[in-house]
Amino acid sequence: MNFLQPDFAPAYPEIFLLLMVCVVLLADLAWGEEKPHLAYLLSQFALLGCVLITFATSAPGVVYTFSGMFVDDALADILKMMVYVTVSVVLVYSRTYISTRGMLNGEFFSLALFATLGMMVMISASHFLTLYLGLELLSLSLYAMVALRRDSVGATEAAIKFFVLGALASGFLLYGMSMIYGATGSLNIARVTEVIQTGAMSHTVLVVGVVFIVAGISFKLSAAPFHMWAPDVYEGASTAVVLFIGSAPKLAAFGFIMRLLAEGLGSMVADWQGMLIILAVMSMLIGNIAAIAQTNIKRMLAYSTISHMGFVLLGVLSGDGNGYSSSMFYVVVYVLMTLGTFGMIMLLSRAGFEADKLEDFKGLNRRNPWYAFIMLLLMFSMAGIPPTVGIYAKLSVLQAVLNAGYIWLAVVAVLLSLIGVFYYLRIVKLMYFDEPETDALILPQGDVKLLLSANGLAVLAFGFFPQALMAWCAYAIRHSSI
Amino acid sequence: MEHAQQLFGNLFGPEWGPALFLVAKNVLLIVAIVLPLMLAVAYLTFAERKIIGYMQLRVGPNRVTFFGIPWLGGWGQPIADAVKAVMKEIIIPSGANKFLFVLAPVLTFAPALAAWAVVPFSPEVVLADINAGLLYILAMTSMGVYGVIIAGWASNSKYAFLGAMRSAAQVVSYELAMGFALVCVLMMSHSLNLGDIVRGQQGSSFINWYLIPLFPMFLVYFISGVAETNRAPFDVAEGESEIVAGFHVEYSGMAFTVFFLAEYSNMILVATLASIIFLGGWLPPLDMAPFTLVPGFIWLLLKISFLLFCFLWFRATFPRYRYDQIMRLGWKVFIPITLVWILLIGVVMQFPPSMRNAFPLSLWFH
Amino acid sequence: MSFEDIIFYFFSAVLVSSALGVITARNPVHSALLLVLAFFTSAGLWLLLEAEFLAITLVLVYVGAVMVLFLFVVMMLDINLDQLREGFWKWFPFGAFLALLMAGEMAMVLMGKQFGADEMPAPPSRGADYSNTKELGRLIYTEYVYAFELAAVILLVAIVAAIALTLRRRTGIKSPDVAQQVAVKRKDRVRMVSMPSEKKE
Repeated sequence: MNFLQPDFAPAYPEIFLLLMVCVVLLADLAWGEEKPHLAYLLSQFALLGCVLITFATSAPGVVYTFSGMFVDDALADILKMMVYVTVSVVLVYSRTYISTRGMLNGEFFSLALFATLGMMVMISASHFLTLYLGLELLSLSLYAMVALRRDSVGATEAAIKFFVLGALASGFLLYGMSMIYGATGSLNIARVTEVIQTGAMSHTVLVVGVVFIVAGISFKLSAAPFHMWAPDVYEGASTAVVLFIGSAPKLAAFGFIMRLLAEGLGSMVADWQGMLIILAVMSMLIGNIAAIAQTNIKRMLAYSTISHMGFVLLGVLSGDGNGYSSSMFYVVVYVLMTLGTFGMIMLLSRAGFEADKLEDFKGLNRRNPWYAFIMLLLMFSMAGIPPTVGIYAKLSVLQAVLNAGYIWLAVVAVLLSLIGVFYYLRIVKLMYFDEPETDALILPQGDVKLLLSANGLAVLAFGFFPQALMAWCAYAIRHSSI
Repeated sequence: MEHAQQLFGNLFGPEWGPALFLVAKNVLLIVAIVLPLMLAVAYLTFAERKIIGYMQLRVGPNRVTFFGIPWLGGWGQPIADAVKAVMKEIIIPSGANKFLFVLAPVLTFAPALAAWAVVPFSPEVVLADINAGLLYILAMTSMGVYGVIIAGWASNSKYAFLGAMRSAAQVVSYELAMGFALVCVLMMSHSLNLGDIVRGQQGSSFINWYLIPLFPMFLVYFISGVAETNRAPFDVAEGESEIVAGFHVEYSGMAFTVFFLAEYSNMILVATLASIIFLGGWLPPLDMAPFTLVPGFIWLLLKISFLLFCFLWFRATFPRYRYDQIMRLGWKVFIPITLVWILLIGVVMQFPPSMRNAFPLSLWFH
Repeated sequence: MSFEDIIFYFFSAVLVSSALGVITARNPVHSALLLVLAFFTSAGLWLLLEAEFLAITLVLVYVGAVMVLFLFVVMMLDINLDQLREGFWKWFPFGAFLALLMAGEMAMVLMGKQFGADEMPAPPSRGADYSNTKELGRLIYTEYVYAFELAAVILLVAIVAAIALTLRRRTGIKSPDVAQQVAVKRKDRVRMVSMPSEKKE
C-alpha cells in the first residue's frame, strides 16, 4: 500500500514530446489549412526541446524510476540524442518530397513524433512491459506511416505485409517474454538478471524463451531469415517513410537488444551466441548476394540493410562491452550513411517522379558533380572503402569477433562484405561513367543542400577521426546499467 | 433449507451433494425471478397499449377479460396474445441459415435474463451478490446485440440485414456513453457492487441520491438505455416505415415473440438499473415515519414503474430520429458530456477533506 | 473428479473446438461467431481462476464491442472464399510439417516437468471479500502507471492512424448543418396568415 510518487525528472523528455505531439495534432487541426508548414516547424521545435531537456536531465549515474520500469543512464541519453538528431534530419530531407506528394500534413509529423516517443521508451526501458509497449508504439506508427500514401497499391500492400509480419514478430516476442516470466517470476529486467544468476529455475524454459525473443528481435531488425518484409516495404512505401524506417528505429532496436539480451539475459550469452551467429551469417549472405540482382535502388538498399544488420549482430554476439560498443558504433555509422543515401534519392525525385531505379543515377556527375561526389562518399562508406568511416565500423566489429575467438566468422564476414562492394561500386560507375538520361535540374532547398553536404562530409570526417565517435559509444556502454 | 441440503448430501454423496444442491437452489431462484419478470413483460405490453391509447384519445385493448367479468375488460389481452403466438407456425425463409436463424432469438433473450442475476431487489434479496456487478451488467447488456445482428444476417433478407447493421452501430456507440456514465457512479460509490451503490446513497432524503450530483449522467444513461433497447425514438433498427420491421421482418410465431420478450425485459432492466443506480433503489424518498413503513421493494417497484412510464411516454410523443442524428447525439454530445463529468467528479474527489466534508459535498462524497 | 474439474473440462473442450472451428469454418461469419464463443468460454475459464475482472472485461470489450464491429465488417464484405483457398493444398504438406515440428518442440518443453503442478502450484484461493478489481486498479495506477499511460498513447496512435488512413475530405456533399437546424425559430418556418372564412353558399 505504501506507494511513493515516482520521480518524473528522468522522463521529462518523453513527457515533453508527448505534450508536443498533442500540440502538433491540435495546431494542425486548427491552422493546418492555412499554414501547412506549421506542423513541420512544431515538430522540429519538439525535437530541439527534447535535445535540450535530455541534456539538462542527464545524470552521471544510472537512475531508475516508475517502480523500476524506466531507466536513465548514459546509454539511454546518448542513444536518445542520436534519435532526435536523426529524426530531425529525416524531417528536413523529406519535407520537400512529402509536400510535392500531398502528404505535408499533421498526420505525417505526429506519427513520426509518436514513433520517436516509442523509440525513446524502448531505449530507456528496464522492464519487459515497457520494452514491449515502446516497440508497439513505434511499430504501430510505422505501419500507419507506410500506409499513409493510400492511393498507391504498392504502399498498401507493403503496409499490410509489414503489419502482419510485425504482429507475428510481436507475438513471438511476447511468447518469449512470458516464458522468461514463467521461469523467473518477474518482468523487471534487473530482477530477471538476478534470478537467472542464482540458477534456481529450469534452463530449458529459459532457452525456449530466448529462442522466441531472438526470433522476434530479428524480425524487427530484418535479419535473415526473418527479413522477407524489408525489401517489399522499402520498395512500396514512399521514400520519406523508408528513410524514417531505415534510420532512427535501428538505433532504438540496438537499445532494445542491449536492454533485453545484453542486460536481461546477459548471463545466458552462451545460449544466444549460437543463434546470433546463424542470423548474422545468413543476413550477410542473403543481403549481399540478393542485392546484386536488384534494379530498384530502394530494394537494393533494403538488402544492403539486411547485410548491415548482420554486421551489427556480429558485434553483439561477442557478448562483452567492447563488442557492444563496436556494434553501437556500427549502428551509428549505418544511420549516418542511410540518411545521406535516401536523402540523395529524395533529392533526385520530383513531383510525379521517383528516382528509385538504378538508371536514375546515370551520369549524375554531369548533372551535378558535387552531389555525385557526396553519393560517392556514401557508397564508399557503405562498401567499407577507406578513408570513409564505413571501414572503421566494419573493422571494430571484426575486432570484437576476433576477440571472442571466432576467426572463421571474421573471415566469412570479410568475404561476404567483399561481395557487397560490387553493387555499391556499380552505382559509382553509373554516376561517373554513364551518360545521363535526363537533364532535369536538381534544385534543393537551402537547408537540404547544407545538411546533405554536411552529411556526406561527415562520413569522410569520421573516417579520418573515428576515435571521438568510438569513445562516445564506449562511454555510453560503460556507464550504462548493463 | 438445511433439510434439503442434507437430503442432497445423502442422495449424491459428500463430494457431489453440496455442488448439486447449489445448482438446484440457483435454478429455483432463477425461476423465482424469471416468472414474475415474464408476467411483468406481458402486462407491460398491455400497459403500453393502454397508455399510448389514452394519450392518443383511444381506449386501447378492452375486450378480452377473465371469466366474463366486465370491469376486467382488456386484462386478458396479454394472455390471449401469448397463446396466439405459441400456436402460430415459425416460418424459416428459404436460403436462411437455419441454425443461426433459430439461435438468434435465444441469443437476444438469454443476456436480457442473465443480467438480472446481480440486481438487488431489497437489501437482502439478490441472487448473486458479486463484487463486479456493474461490470457484469454492462457485459451482459452488450451481448444482446448479437441476437439482432445474427437475426439480420441469417434471415437472408435485405431489410433484415439493414436493420441489423443499424442496430450494431447504434448499440456500440451508445454503450460507450452508457459505460462512461456508470464510471461516474462507481467513482462516487467506490464499488462495483449494486447493493453497495444503493447503500452509498443512503441518507436523510432523496437529496442524497446520485440523481442530484449526477443528473446529466442520469439523463445520458437513461437515453442511452432507450437507444440500446432499440425503443422509439431510436427504433431505426425496426423502422417499420422504412425497412418494414428491420431485423425481425422474417420472424413469426414464438421466435418473433422471443425478440419481443427480450426487448421488454431489457426495458425493465434499464429502468431497474436506473432506479438502483441513480434513484436510490429500495430507499424511500424521505427517511421518516410514513415513508419508512412501506417496504423497500415497493419503493423500487414505484421507481421502476415511473421510468417505464417514461419509456412509453417517449414512444407516444417523439418522432423517430434520423440515423445521422442518432450517431451525432451518441458521439458528439453524450460522450463529451460524460467525459467532462468524469473529470469534474475526479476533481471534486481530489478536494481536501475539509472541503469535501463541508455541507453540500458531504451529502454524496463519503 | 470434482464439480469444478467438470466445469473446467467442459469449458476447455468448448474453447478448443470453437478455436479449431474459427480456422476451419468455410464461412467467415461462422468463423467470427465461433471466435466470440471462444472468447466467452475463455472468460469462463478465467472466472474459474478467480480473475473475475479480467473475465468480465474480456466479455465486455472483445465480445461486446470488438467482435460486434468485426462481424459488422465481415458481414458487409463479400469475401471470395475460393480465391482465399487457392494454393492451400499445394502448401499444405509443407505447412503441416512445420506445424507438427513446432508442436512437437513445444510439447517437449511444456509437457516436461518444468511446467508441472509441483513446479508451479496454484495460488491459494482468496476469500469472498477480496476484490480483484480493486487490487488491479491499485496496481495499475501506482506501480504500473507508466505502462498504463503508454498503453493509452498507443491507443491514441491507433486513433490518429485510423483517421489518417480513412478520412477523405470530399467536397460538394450535401449534409444538414445541425447547429442551423437547432437554431431555427418558429417565425422562420411558419407564417401566420389571416384569411377571411368562406361562407357557405
